[in-house]
Amino acid sequence: MQVINDLLARLPFATIEQHDKEYTVIVPKEKLRETAILLRGLRVKPAMTGIEPLAPAVTDTEARVPATDTEAFATATSGFEFDYLTDIVGMDYGEELGVIYFLSPSRYPSYGLILKTSTADREKPEIDSIFDLWCAAALYEREVYDFFGIVFTGNPDMRRLFLRQDWNGYPLRKDYDANPALNPVPTNNEALADMENLPTTSIDINGERLKEHTKLFETEDYVVNFGPQHPATHGVLHLRVSLDGETIKKVDPNFGYIHRGIEKMSEAYTYPQILHLTDRLDYLSGTINCHATCLCVEKGLELEVPERAHYIRTIIDELTRIASHLLGWGCMAMDMGSITAFVYGMRDREKIMDIFEETCGGRLMANYSVIGGVMQDIHPNFQKRVKDFIPYMRKMLKEYHLLFTGNPIARGRMDGIGYLSKEHAISLGATGPTGRASGWSNDVRKIEPYAAYRHADFKEMLRTDGLTFDRYIIRLDEVEESLKILEQLIDNIPGGAYAAKTKAIIKLPEGEFRQRVEAARGEFDVYINSRGDKYPYRVKFRSPCMTLVNTLAHIAPGTKVADLIMLGGSLDYVVPCIDR
Amino acid sequence: MKYEDFKENEYLESYVKELRENGVNIAVAKLDDLINWGRSNSVWPLTFATSCCGIEFMSLGAARYDFARFGWEVTRNSPRQADVVFCCGTIVHKMAPVLKRLYDQMAEPKYVMAFGSCAIGGGPFKKSYHTVMGVDKIIPVDVYIPGCPPRPDAMIYGMMQLARKIKMQEFFSLPKQPMVDDRHCGLDPQTPEKEPGVVTEGIAGQARNDDSKKGGDDASN
Repeated sequence: MQVINDLLARLPFATIEQHDKEYTVIVPKEKLRETAILLRGLRVKPAMTGIEPLAPAVTDTEARVPATDTEAFATATSGFEFDYLTDIVGMDYGEELGVIYFLSPSRYPSYGLILKTSTADREKPEIDSIFDLWCAAALYEREVYDFFGIVFTGNPDMRRLFLRQDWNGYPLRKDYDANPALNPVPTNNEALADMENLPTTSIDINGERLKEHTKLFETEDYVVNFGPQHPATHGVLHLRVSLDGETIKKVDPNFGYIHRGIEKMSEAYTYPQILHLTDRLDYLSGTINCHATCLCVEKGLELEVPERAHYIRTIIDELTRIASHLLGWGCMAMDMGSITAFVYGMRDREKIMDIFEETCGGRLMANYSVIGGVMQDIHPNFQKRVKDFIPYMRKMLKEYHLLFTGNPIARGRMDGIGYLSKEHAISLGATGPTGRASGWSNDVRKIEPYAAYRHADFKEMLRTDGLTFDRYIIRLDEVEESLKILEQLIDNIPGGAYAAKTKAIIKLPEGEFRQRVEAARGEFDVYINSRGDKYPYRVKFRSPCMTLVNTLAHIAPGTKVADLIMLGGSLDYVVPCIDR
Repeated sequence: MKYEDFKENEYLESYVKELRENGVNIAVAKLDDLINWGRSNSVWPLTFATSCCGIEFMSLGAARYDFARFGWEVTRNSPRQADVVFCCGTIVHKMAPVLKRLYDQMAEPKYVMAFGSCAIGGGPFKKSYHTVMGVDKIIPVDVYIPGCPPRPDAMIYGMMQLARKIKMQEFFSLPKQPMVDDRHCGLDPQTPEKEPGVVTEGIAGQARNDDSKKGGDDASN
């Protein structure tokens, strides 16, 4: 696109490559912040993220570009701002440590930009922070720091994200010492002082690295611990909430209580072995995660997958989505105290579990997709069962609406609470039903149709209000759309093989491969960096749920503490997906 | 009076016989059996789930599998009110002290069920740097239920093993929980019979350990 080329022409120091709609931009680390500001859009005030901007870097850019020129340029590029930061991936290239930023303009979501930078200093790696440009960046940077030890100068919160603050070493570095004696199983709870002191790094005039600590909460704040063991956190999430009376002042999420190190383990596993770990990330959209990983490996192998396998995978994905939304609906209702709704949701979910059990052999962990197709052909009853399920589910959806949607108590707790604006949803990277409830069109099934979605006619559900009720109702609407997709595909499954033949040992050619799919909670990405071996060099999974918890921390302040449960229920995050 | 004499129940039996002959319906049983009957059919689990197995635990609570049939449906959110921890899911380094604290907060008698292969021994995350290789590294486990995740049916089977175990305990000796070995439950029947009153503390403790091992084996088969 011409505008993007114009934009990139402003970066003389960058190495730029273009593949179709994907641009790769490599910049030296000193120029990273400048590039990021240009890509984010010059009109954006960093204060939009609610955090004070970094003064020096911003004036730097403004000094370089004359004011009038900036204005004209900002008008010309309006709408092409890369306002959606999909993910930040840390890399250990062996000699150097690097960071990869995946960006996309929210209005033209099929375009993508990969921004790369690296540092040769392995002892004290430092890269400028971009936390004030995208709301999502602060947590992603903490994740990279946790795994690689790269300090983002300027980020006011450089705590570890998943591991305890007293953990030794950075586990995703290639030279990490995995000796269990270095990090024994702890016997004491993490010290609160560790959780509350935010180490910040900034560089003073002489180039000296200053390390300071700021306090997370004020001394007189009333802080409530919510989790890690609490049924309404939907997993083992630890929220520290400071209150003013009943009103929430600040929410600080703590992750890592189910961090299993899947990304590091994947580096020692072959590709078919990794597939079994992907189901256990977001277990409610397990088959979709598995599908994404297969697609990514197939992309690298340039493997032609039989059309039959595409259809079967798509149908299984949609069934998973329905099951996940049913559980999300039931749990949200249960959080409000309506146990009946939970029992209804689980009852209908069991019907999908039956279909899975017959065809895949497993209930929750189907592990059905394999590289090249699916594990075995569908059961003879499969089509009949799905066709029976569609009218049944339609009838039940009506019942759900009668039972719960119109209930005055439920409406009283959902209406007008938890507003998330479209701009914030994009900046936070809150994809999936959450973003769509705020009016952000982000359905990957529409943007980059994969598998058999191009053969199905379905609508992308969009709402505009961005309230708790919208996030609730959009899930039920999506169930209806999924039923439509099932209806169109189930009778048209083509014949032929259900899987392509692959070699016994699968070696991916050298390069980087990425696949985006729409999981039940939002965009799930798989990034594989291969060096031509049968093991990947680096695997990164983009968790749609991490941004959702970040969203919670952004929209909760100002609401009542009882609404925190409802907000969490409406965002419907799964914690093992965050922690990986 | 010697201790052995307390075990002499002949006079009770003669009373019972006399009452029955005169048309009174009377049954004699141990109070322990009555209490354990009640306890084993009303076990309150703690809602504790870290990952995937938690969803199967929810299925267990919902309509189809419905553990209310066994009297287990009163899930407690506070460890102080719970009898059993269903340890559903992987336990990692950061979670380990939290789980230990939850267990310590529970009132005696308390039980632990290791749910799924992660809780048993690390499961698919055996090679991870951050996984605890089994809950039994932190807290004692009564029943192991294998599977990834275990089906709700397997969970019901595991729960029934725990109910069996509770029925064999002597309530009035709690919290030491020595074995009642009059039915050889959990003990090798080949071992020479011991006089009932002379079971020492040490042997009773040993018997309990054997029993927990046995229960584990039962469930894993």
